[in-house]
Amino acid sequence: MELLLALGVGLLTGCGVWLVLASRTFAVILGLTLIGYAVNLLIFFGGRIGAKAPPLALPGATGLADPLPQALVLTAIVIGFGMVAYFVALALRGVGDSGSDAVDLPAAAPDREEGP
Amino acid sequence: MPPSFLPLIVLLPFLAMPLLLLADRLGRRTVALVAGAAMLGGLGLLAALAAPVLAGEALVLWRPWLSDWGLDLSFRLDGLGLLFTLLIDGIGALIVLYAYYYMGEDDRLTRFLMTLLAFAGGMLGVVLAENLLLMLLFWEVTSLTSFLLIAYKWQYHDSRIAARMALAVTGGGGLALLAGLLMLGHIAGSFELSVILDRGDLIRQHRLYEPMLVLVLLGAFTKSAQVPFHFWLPNAMAAPTPVSAYLHSATMVKAGVFLLARLYPALANTELWFLLVTGTGAVTLLLGAYLALLKHDFKGLLAYSTISHLGLITMLFGLDTPMSAVAAVFHIINHAVFKASLFMVAGVIDKQCGSRDMRRINGLARYMPVTAVLGIVAAGAMAGVPFLNGFLSKEMFFQETIAYPGFTGYGTFLLPAIATLAGILSVAYSARFVHDVFFNGEPVDLPKTPGPPPRFMRLPMEVLVAIVVIVGVAPQVSVGWLLKAAAGAVLLGDLPPIKLAVWHGFNLPLVMSIVALGGGLFYYWSRDRVFTLHERYALDFSSPVAFERAYNGAAASARRALAVLDRRQLAQYLGLFLGLGVAGGAYAWGSAPASSAGAPLAGPLPLTPVDPVSAFAFVLLAIGVGGATWFVRQRLLAIIFMSVAGLVVSMAFIRFAAPDLALTQLSVELATIMLMLLALRFLPQTGPAERSRNGRFAGALLAAGAGLGAAAVTFAMLTRPFATISGYHIANAKPLGGGTNVVNVILVDFRGFDTLGEIAVLAMAALGVHAMLHGVRLRAFVANAEADADRYPIMLRMLMQPMLPLALAVATYIFLRGHNLPGGGFIAGLIAAIAYVLQYMAGGFAFASARVRLDFVALIGAGIVIAALTGVASMLFGFPFLKSAYTYLPAPPLDDIGLASSLVFDSGIFLVVVGTILLVLTELGRIEVKDATADGGSSEGLPRPATAVQG
Repeated sequence: MELLLALGVGLLTGCGVWLVLASRTFAVILGLTLIGYAVNLLIFFGGRIGAKAPPLALPGATGLADPLPQALVLTAIVIGFGMVAYFVALALRGVGDSGSDAVDLPAAAPDREEGP
Repeated sequence: MPPSFLPLIVLLPFLAMPLLLLADRLGRRTVALVAGAAMLGGLGLLAALAAPVLAGEALVLWRPWLSDWGLDLSFRLDGLGLLFTLLIDGIGALIVLYAYYYMGEDDRLTRFLMTLLAFAGGMLGVVLAENLLLMLLFWEVTSLTSFLLIAYKWQYHDSRIAARMALAVTGGGGLALLAGLLMLGHIAGSFELSVILDRGDLIRQHRLYEPMLVLVLLGAFTKSAQVPFHFWLPNAMAAPTPVSAYLHSATMVKAGVFLLARLYPALANTELWFLLVTGTGAVTLLLGAYLALLKHDFKGLLAYSTISHLGLITMLFGLDTPMSAVAAVFHIINHAVFKASLFMVAGVIDKQCGSRDMRRINGLARYMPVTAVLGIVAAGAMAGVPFLNGFLSKEMFFQETIAYPGFTGYGTFLLPAIATLAGILSVAYSARFVHDVFFNGEPVDLPKTPGPPPRFMRLPMEVLVAIVVIVGVAPQVSVGWLLKAAAGAVLLGDLPPIKLAVWHGFNLPLVMSIVALGGGLFYYWSRDRVFTLHERYALDFSSPVAFERAYNGAAASARRALAVLDRRQLAQYLGLFLGLGVAGGAYAWGSAPASSAGAPLAGPLPLTPVDPVSAFAFVLLAIGVGGATWFVRQRLLAIIFMSVAGLVVSMAFIRFAAPDLALTQLSVELATIMLMLLALRFLPQTGPAERSRNGRFAGALLAAGAGLGAAAVTFAMLTRPFATISGYHIANAKPLGGGTNVVNVILVDFRGFDTLGEIAVLAMAALGVHAMLHGVRLRAFVANAEADADRYPIMLRMLMQPMLPLALAVATYIFLRGHNLPGGGFIAGLIAAIAYVLQYMAGGFAFASARVRLDFVALIGAGIVIAALTGVASMLFGFPFLKSAYTYLPAPPLDDIGLASSLVFDSGIFLVVVGTILLVLTELGRIEVKDATADGGSSEGLPRPATAVQG
């Protein structure tokens, strides 16, 4: 099982990195989402996988899952949405300003210093 | 007056700056009065504090600030500080009066005086700081404000170049000084002057003494315009003359020699000190004096003379005998006074004649007789004419070069010869100033007919020249007390007997003075030959053009280097970071010693068996991720594949006992997919060329490395035991937080402050989206389905309207139970937001926004305010920020309802989440379509991306 989970995280990361390095915005956003999944899972697995019950402190409950990574990941998921939304907006704004969905700015002329 | 008023002297100019702005409405005169009052106020404070200082004490005021870094707010007033405060505030007040007349109506006097005050404050901080780091802070203030002052006439290219040059040189020196002072503090174990000055022996014997000394001297020499850093000073003459009169007589350039004096007990008295300080001083003294004569611009003449006199002072400090230090301090006073008055005279002439060229300005004695007398007397002091103050310190200088004990044999002649030669040169350039400007025929072709200056413009010069004469005639009475206090501070009280007198009998220094006077006049007589020789052979080292060429060359090569390193590609940046991460991880793993179990990837924990459901989920994940990657150019397909991956992730959360996470992931997944579908319509079908072959190869390599690395880390982590710190949270969730859902209690209670920060981040992202997309008009690349009859299918509409209250009821339930069972503000917020979004999808933007009358920005703001106020409320009861309280309300026939103050906090989270998602999605949904022909002209509604997206 551990190996399977590790492979899952690795697959998400690898494909995410591949996409993030692309030259068009959509692929980069997709890649970021995949990397987000991978990181959330990695942090979540930091609490290990042997738990028998969700972290509800009910009387007599034993074998609870580690609540701390869960709390961290919960906000991370929501913030992940905020980040993706921000990048989508950035991409659309880029389309609006330059008419292209290229990630990189067209090479601008270097700033000129005034001469003597 | 208690010493706690000491910092007020430094603060006063800064405090006066805003007052100047207010006074600006009342006219120039009021502005000048306020600025002058700030300077005189400093003098008043100084007078009130002076008594113990003149008796030889040092007032030290210490307030802890950043003590861990050795930076404290500590100030020190001793004799040296007193002398410099007197010069800065005293001459500063005269400069204000002078500037009032000098600056034209359109020269923005208020702005000028504000900058001047900031500079004066910086100087006062330098001379009154007890902590060396604090001193350095003020040192930089003087560098920056002097930049502004030199560039005051920024319309002129010369001014800008000169200011940049001054900043580059003194700023660079400031960096060296920073390094030097850090080393000094390290050696002495403290940055407080009281400690450092006491540990001179320890410092001189330390192995870091030599590099430290060089760095500190670099700071001092750049500031005091010592050769080879002198070239910024003559160019700085581009500044308005009040600036030159202030910066280059009493303040800016004196900061360097002040530093020599300040650290004298800690640094001086070594071979290296003598070589560097005396050597630099002697070269500067001679070169400055030689070049001064050759300048046709009289401000240039004065500038080089200043360089030369600073060299003299530096050289005296380097001679390293107690009496030479006394002479140096004395010459600091004298030079400040006569040079300030000379610059003022120069400013008057410049203003009245419209030129500064001594080949055209002649015979002014007839046009402005009083000013001429003032100028002649001050120039006499500069030359070292008896009965004027410059004579006295120059005599002491001659005496010290004779008395210097370090040389034997013919070497004993070296220093006196240098001194006499410098004396000859300074008499020559002083003679030129007097003769050319005030006599030597008639003015040649001046832009203006010269006339006497306004009465009160002359007052500052008269005051200064009076001091020149009084000190020159009765030195012991007039400045004996001041010199004793200041030199006493430099020598730590170890003062030789000082007897200032005009007549010491017929002795060797007097002979040298006579030789200098006679030789100087002869040298000036034969000046034409010197000019010819100089023009034929000399190189102009101080040319601003040369500096600019070097400067621009450096900037251009920096740009070229940057262009090679930085191709402005996101992939390059990411590749660098990811590559470093992967390489670092691989290195760490490879280099770990075998004994630390670093080599085997698998830890000691036994592996758990794979169950069929998990295996199936893994296959689904692989399909989802692989499909999204493979079909990335067919965007719709890619999104569908990605959602499969997201669903498997939420299933993983369920499988491993995290229901809260599963719920969150599921709802976020929905929102994300809607977001992406909305964006699809506006993304162009064709785009830039894909990566090159090499780029793809590198990308694949990096992706494989990152994937393998992440898998290895996950596997290594999962197979190793760990001790959780969550025991505390589980045990105390109920007793302290009043809830059984530990995840939720952590979010809203234990780590509530973190959560507050996180919803703030979320809110910022939403507002960022709002700001970026507001008013953006985009071309739709996907044909609109406006024409379709079932654009908003009736079934969906009929279904969605009753769904809303139901969904909101579910959200409320999830919200309320969240403290005890899976749920809470985040999840409830997501559910509620999606319920609303469904209305938009079913009915169209116009339909829904007419009914959902919510201002989402306000909603987000309200959420943050509620969450923050919950925290503040607990402070009102005397508890720490966000401390929660809870109680149970009996509510028969239901169970008791647990009411925790964290519920209010959670409702803040709820509002922020709802506001964020709705704001983001509606912003995307209502982007205006630019090209009306490609679209029905409609800007409303969610597009129907079901129309194929082929990309």
